[in-house]
Amino acid sequence: MIETLRLLSRRPVALIGLGGVIFFVLLAYVAPLVVSLQDAPDVTSVYLSPSLAHPLGTDYQGRDVLNQIVHGGADILTVAFLAAFISTAIAVTFGSLSATLGGRFDAATLGLTDIVLTIPQLIVLIVVAAIVHPSSFLVMAVILALLQWASLLRQVRAQVLSLKERDYVEAARSLDLGIFHIIFREMLPNMTSYIVIHFILAMTQAIYAQVGLIILGLVPLSGENWAIMLYFARDQGALYFRDSLWYILSPILAIVLFQLSLVSLASGLEDIFNPRLRAA
Amino acid sequence: MTNGSPLIRLVHVTREFKTPAGVIKAVDDVSLDLDRGEAICLVGESGCGKTTTGRLLAGLLRPTSGELLFEGNDVWRSRGADQVRFRRAVQLVHQDPYASLNPVRTVEQVLAAPLRHHRKAQTAKQARAAARSLLQRVGLTPPDDFLHKFPHQLSGGQRQRVSIARALTVDPRVIVADEAVSMVDVSIRITLLDLLLGLRDEFGVSIVLITHDLAVARYFGRAGRIAVMYLGRVVELSATQELIDDPAHPYATALIGAIPEADPDLTRSKQRLPLKSADVPSLLRLPPGCSFHPRCPRAEAGLCDVLVPALTPIGGTRSVACHVAVRERTALAAATGPFRFDLPWVDIDKSEGSAG
Repeated sequence: MIETLRLLSRRPVALIGLGGVIFFVLLAYVAPLVVSLQDAPDVTSVYLSPSLAHPLGTDYQGRDVLNQIVHGGADILTVAFLAAFISTAIAVTFGSLSATLGGRFDAATLGLTDIVLTIPQLIVLIVVAAIVHPSSFLVMAVILALLQWASLLRQVRAQVLSLKERDYVEAARSLDLGIFHIIFREMLPNMTSYIVIHFILAMTQAIYAQVGLIILGLVPLSGENWAIMLYFARDQGALYFRDSLWYILSPILAIVLFQLSLVSLASGLEDIFNPRLRAA
Repeated sequence: MTNGSPLIRLVHVTREFKTPAGVIKAVDDVSLDLDRGEAICLVGESGCGKTTTGRLLAGLLRPTSGELLFEGNDVWRSRGADQVRFRRAVQLVHQDPYASLNPVRTVEQVLAAPLRHHRKAQTAKQARAAARSLLQRVGLTPPDDFLHKFPHQLSGGQRQRVSIARALTVDPRVIVADEAVSMVDVSIRITLLDLLLGLRDEFGVSIVLITHDLAVARYFGRAGRIAVMYLGRVVELSATQELIDDPAHPYATALIGAIPEADPDLTRSKQRLPLKSADVPSLLRLPPGCSFHPRCPRAEAGLCDVLVPALTPIGGTRSVACHVAVRERTALAAATGPFRFDLPWVDIDKSEGSAG
């Protein structure tokens, strides 16, 4: 752990990224426990400029924007995390199976992968969302995951194909260390950087995808989240008021900064998982 | 051959590979016995099947036909415990020290995994102690300097030593060293070879050294045997010194003639056998009869290009797969001693005098 931080500290961008991710995770999951949700409309304070009472101003119903930002992160992050987790699990499992089993299974998996890689994802996403009306986290995450696994599957398959022929894997077989040792101790550690970086990038994709769906109004709007804030900001014509700047900007900034943190973190991870890049 | 039954035997083993261009016989009807504590060298050019033979010996490849016997049991027919015992009994040390160690695992992890897995060490502490003594044994001292190193922090020679230590974790009976010294500096080769020979003396491990370098084989095989391979077949099998002094097979003669000598006089006066061609035939289109006959200056038309010579004993520890050499040597033996061999193709006299 300390070693990991030390390596990250050599890459300031990654360290800032890590800080950003931690900040947003705390904001989304811990802050709501401290600050209670204030969603009662107050027509006397519509579109207030930032002040001490309302650091990010108020919205079209006079509700505090910062309060909504605090309460609107959890949904987005949870769905992104779940979608990334599911897509990574699919890709790693079927990618390594495909490489190990070969034959028809491999051909079928690859065929399916190529189809998923080829079809335009946003359009499929819109169609599927319009049909399914994902109302729970899980359904949403599964839909997003089903569109994301393909590229990592190809990478994992290629890696396993190459790794299983390596001399050290042969040595492990010869030493009779067992299939679990070979997969989890010899092969997977060589793929960690791919997997973790894919995981993080899959999260960013999942966030954009769900924000897009919500803004387009294809997903039932319920609860509070950054994307719903944007939806209402646009829907209620906040664009046309001079004092509503922070109302529109806040969710956008939250999303963009979180994405930026994820990407910066990913950029520094290669160092951590590849011992050859670590200087003594 | 010396005492009791051999530890490992290859019995008429053939291994084919399917390639887009056709089926390749990488190893063709090879029989080889390996005794306990024996050092044997497989020598030959690239593509002669020596690596495949090594992998067959290590049980990493299944023979297309023929048997691999370990202490008399057919390895590929045995199940469960027997097969597990065999797998661990034969360990491979790979050619490329840069590929044989996992780049993400430290030396300690590499050595501790098999020790823990096979219950040779109960705790991490014991495993570390065992790893230390193994490192010491292979000459990586002080061991604490190496335990936490990743492969990329070690030199080629050091990595080979770690590979050897890794093989030793499971107390092998046989170590197959596949070109294990080819990719390290010349200055380190001798110490690595001595290390392997030392293991043989100390633990009675049999060692199969696979090399293309006859000079290495000559050094390593001083007390052992050399098997010369050509296009998938063993063409001569003999005690090292005898082979070097008096090769019987024309191919072995040519190879030995090609060893550079430090002494220029010796090099100049050395007897060389001029080959008819420097090109090795493709494994896809092997010549009929003896596969060496298109290059062999002593090949006889009507014999060598028709009949495949079998590996035939010619007295002492020696065997050779060459019609001409067997005929000459047995004739010599018949003239000087009581040995008389019945040769598989019987009529020697008919083909006499038809040298091509």
